Amino acid sequence: MSTVSEEPEAVNGDKQVPGLWRRSTLVVRGSSGRHDRGGKWFLRLLAAGTIAVPILNQAVPASSVFHLSAFGLTLIGKYLCYAMLALAVDLIWGYCGILSLGHAAFFSLGGYAMGMYLMREIGPRGVYGDPVLPDFMVFLNYKKLPWFWYGFNHFPVALLMMILVPALLALVFGWFAFRSRVTGVYFSIITQALTYALMLAFFRNDMGFGGNNGFTDFKDILGFDLHSDGTHVVLLMITAIALGGSYLACRAIVESRAGRVVLAIRDAESRTRFLGYPVESFKLWLFVFSAIMAGVAGALYVPQIGIINPSEFAPINSIEVVIWVAVGGRGTLYGAILGALAVNYAKTYLTGAFPEVWLYALGALFVLVTVFLPHGIVGVVSKRGKEK
Amino acid sequence: MKRALPGGRWLILPLLALRAVTPVAAQSVDNSTFLATLGELREASYSDKEAIVERLSKTGHPSVRAVLTAFLDDRLYFRNSDQQVFVVKSADADPLTLVDPLSLKETGSAPADGLTKIGTNNGLRSVLRSTVARFALSSPEVSVRLDAVREMSKSLDDATAALLRQRLTAETDSSVKNEIATALALSALDGANPADRLGAVQTLSHSLSQDVRNRLALLLDKAPDGSFAEKDENVRRAATAAVGTIDGWRTFYSGIETLFFGLSLGSVLVLVAIGLAVTFGVMGVINMAHGELMMLGAYTTYVVQLVMPNHIGMSILVAIPAAFLVAGLTGVVMERTIIRLLYGRPLETLLATFGVSLILQQAVRSIFSANNRSVITPEWMSGSMRLNDALSITYNRLYIVVFTLIVFLLILLVMKRTRIGLDIRAVSQNRTMAKAMGIRTEWVDAATFGLGSGIAGVAGVALSQLTNVGPNLGQSYIIDSFMVVVFGGVGNLWGSLIGGMSMGAVSELLEPYAGAVLAKIFVLVGLILFIQRRPRGLFPQTGRAVDDK
Amino acid sequence: MSGTPAVSGAAHGSHKPIRNKRLYLEDLTVSFDGFKALNNLTLYVDPGEMLCIIGPNGAGKTTMMDVITGKTKPDSGSAWFGDGVNLLEMSEPEIVAAGIGRKFQKPTVFEQLTVFENLELALAGTRSFLKTMRARISPKQNERIFDVLEIIGLTDQRDSYGRILAHGQKQWLEIGMLLMQNPELLLVDEPVAGMTPHEIERTAQLLTSLAGEHSIVVVEHDMSFVRSIARRVTVLHEGQVIAEGDMDKVQNDPRVIEVYLGV
Repeated sequence: MSTVSEEPEAVNGDKQVPGLWRRSTLVVRGSSGRHDRGGKWFLRLLAAGTIAVPILNQAVPASSVFHLSAFGLTLIGKYLCYAMLALAVDLIWGYCGILSLGHAAFFSLGGYAMGMYLMREIGPRGVYGDPVLPDFMVFLNYKKLPWFWYGFNHFPVALLMMILVPALLALVFGWFAFRSRVTGVYFSIITQALTYALMLAFFRNDMGFGGNNGFTDFKDILGFDLHSDGTHVVLLMITAIALGGSYLACRAIVESRAGRVVLAIRDAESRTRFLGYPVESFKLWLFVFSAIMAGVAGALYVPQIGIINPSEFAPINSIEVVIWVAVGGRGTLYGAILGALAVNYAKTYLTGAFPEVWLYALGALFVLVTVFLPHGIVGVVSKRGKEK
Repeated sequence: MKRALPGGRWLILPLLALRAVTPVAAQSVDNSTFLATLGELREASYSDKEAIVERLSKTGHPSVRAVLTAFLDDRLYFRNSDQQVFVVKSADADPLTLVDPLSLKETGSAPADGLTKIGTNNGLRSVLRSTVARFALSSPEVSVRLDAVREMSKSLDDATAALLRQRLTAETDSSVKNEIATALALSALDGANPADRLGAVQTLSHSLSQDVRNRLALLLDKAPDGSFAEKDENVRRAATAAVGTIDGWRTFYSGIETLFFGLSLGSVLVLVAIGLAVTFGVMGVINMAHGELMMLGAYTTYVVQLVMPNHIGMSILVAIPAAFLVAGLTGVVMERTIIRLLYGRPLETLLATFGVSLILQQAVRSIFSANNRSVITPEWMSGSMRLNDALSITYNRLYIVVFTLIVFLLILLVMKRTRIGLDIRAVSQNRTMAKAMGIRTEWVDAATFGLGSGIAGVAGVALSQLTNVGPNLGQSYIIDSFMVVVFGGVGNLWGSLIGGMSMGAVSELLEPYAGAVLAKIFVLVGLILFIQRRPRGLFPQTGRAVDDK
Repeated sequence: MSGTPAVSGAAHGSHKPIRNKRLYLEDLTVSFDGFKALNNLTLYVDPGEMLCIIGPNGAGKTTMMDVITGKTKPDSGSAWFGDGVNLLEMSEPEIVAAGIGRKFQKPTVFEQLTVFENLELALAGTRSFLKTMRARISPKQNERIFDVLEIIGLTDQRDSYGRILAHGQKQWLEIGMLLMQNPELLLVDEPVAGMTPHEIERTAQLLTSLAGEHSIVVVEHDMSFVRSIARRVTVLHEGQVIAEGDMDKVQNDPRVIEVYLGV
């Protein structure tokens, strides 16, 4: 499968001999990633990074300039989680034209599911020393654990929930929305309302999710100390593997015939419907898959950052993800990842060096990219390549 | 005054006659008598004091009421050193602030142990109460009389009841009459004659007051031995009916109050959404910076108040056109520089205008700091209007409803009755055709966007009176305003009006049961479901033109 | 079954499907805001027939297509595909699966996909997400795609993106996509709008060659084109059939002349 930016001539090489071989040649298309040059580079870099990180952190002495600090570990981990979230948004926006302004909701729900496990894992080591109830429940006068907290002390249950909860929300919401043909900006607006409503709900103390403080002060995960660099190195490697796996999964989808149907839906929805494709079901599958990716990203994010609170649901977070994708280049998988990394690095740098400037820069980025760079950085680079 | 009526000699005579009975004339005569009589209180026995109070009240001195009120409140003292009588401002303070009993002006202060309180007992207080109330009852101000009756009804005895009965015959104002009747009926409930009590209960059933309702309910109380507080069965039956009637009316009025709250909240929603209805509905442009344009309007109000600190009352009126201009011009600049390049790409417009919103927010932070600014509410907007015992309406809510309706009608007028409105509608329906007919579509686009943005600014002025004016003001309203427009049906101003009002009413109805935040969540979730049932809103545009491919 | 089976065309009064018709539209009424786009329209299509529908703008041609394909639901009336398929109870994909294909007025091919991929998506068969995830083109299907490429004359352009095709090529590709589905009934909306005379001639050949195997309903403004392909012509006006028959008969019908020329 080709990407949006790829020129048509590239796959048009053998047109001079049509009559001779046409009936015997089977046009093979599959998930080999034949045309995915950028993606291959990304996967190689990711693999190299995954090997380098433990060495740079564990083997290189702290005095060396090449030593990767705990702060650096956390930062890279955060970027990778964001990259996964960007991938999720790109899959539905870049390929299917569904602009979700509520993906932070799935990310946060995954994060909360992980957070609930981590809270239960604290056990009696909390400030109030209650063997079952997390600190905030003792503080808020809970007498017993709410039912929806049951089972979260078992990691497999929590793991299931990290996937199931975002998936279920996406399924129900998407089913209603796509079935009633809520499209375009209407869909964007109601997804935004969805995450906003969830944010308000999670801010409430009596929801049982810690109110505006959320969850923090985690101790360990599966018995491994969350304050040790070793745990973070492993978490980072798991995140890298998850990101790589998501990338391959997304590529498998977009390069299959289903992926071509998805592109067809993006470009001419009713035409696709008249070809007999159940457009709503395609959208729903894609949306649910995307929500699961976002949820897993959120789940990996929480133990590395060490906190989850309702502000993660804020509508602006969802919109920021969209701009990462737009900056990188929507409709190309590695573009989304590139965008997430570039914008977040810029954010880390600017909020540290010139905190006043960051919002101006982000605002300007929104305007400039949408007006002048509809295909993002990837679009610019491939245009260059074509001109040579 | 005489000079104002030259040659009107026959007019002057009655005027002079009037002058003789005014308090001003009495004062000059009786100042010394008044002081002397007041002085007698120092040594008199309680029974003598009653007589003295009676004489004081007959002097007709203008400060009699204030002095007797002070006496009733245990605020009448005499100075040990010179035996002079003073009213004190508050009996709890030390030193005590002294008030001259003649002029009622403060005359300095003295330590509490240098003064002696002129004491009262129950009997004397009762005399004082009725005397004070009698003064208040004959006040020309209806509100003073009303307060007096209400005050007296709290502790009604035979004397005050007689006083009220006397007043009832002379009273002309119906609200005071009702109040007196209620007070008398309340006292009659304690009467010995069941027929009187029955009449009283029937009178009271017309009341709306919570106190009256509770008093009637007391009649139905059962003692431990099974006997009722009210012995007569007929009276009890009437009381049950009366409590029911009162409850019914109070529920009715509280329903009206909720509805009014809902309307005022809905008005806010309509106000914040109506500008969006123009830009989104007419032009199809998703302006995520709409909230920030409102924020600009609110900050404009703040700046206007800084410029004219001595005319706060006027400042709001000045701020409305100023905010329209500031936000409107910002909108025109946005349209010419960014949105123009993105027509037909709604999702891109959404992202670009979101970028603008971030820039505007940060600009406000840079200029005014990230802290909230305080915008003063002018006096004419505070306070409330009391319609009856069960219903009062605050002025700021009332004004917001009226203001919204005015803004709405103005926009409707602009869209339906002016040339520019016609152009806007023409361009929104068929751009190519409009262009062919010589309409300068680019100019119309800028004007439409400017109009929508300007209305956002005006909404900001109203918001500055309701919430904190800070950089996040816009963000907290943007989702609401989009929901109103989508709920009402895009491209339909009436839809936005009805949509916003009903959303406001529903939130207010839910609030007592669910709390403010949960009510908001319910409304959002309800809307999400609604949009999925009717994707084009309450009042969809129909026909082939909107049938997109 | 109460109608007279042999009568084709506007047989008012018969409400039950009659045997041996490919499509039955009876008493269809559709209104938009009080404007009746279709007004008691009754029309039948025979198996293997090529029916041309003409009529001035707003006559209801596109609305009729919308009703057949399930995009618009009528206020009243019935629409049957063959003798057992009630179109009004079906969704758009179901109608496609039942064997009705439509070519839109404005050519809409998938611009970001190649000609080959366009045809691949139109391939009859699997439609669900999970199945299309794993779908591969079988040798037989490959054969079929190349057959259609030949019919529509786009064999050389099979790897070109839809967006770079000429207007006429897009129209043919769309017809090709219809053929991939192998529908029993083809609805073709203004196939020659904007074509060069040479392209029009080629399109006429293409459609004529398809009739017989498929029932075809063509909506068209171009009278010379209609004359070149039509065996039977139906004239719509204000949502109703006002004339029917061969081209000569229709062109001499006084009502048709009045409608077209305003005499």
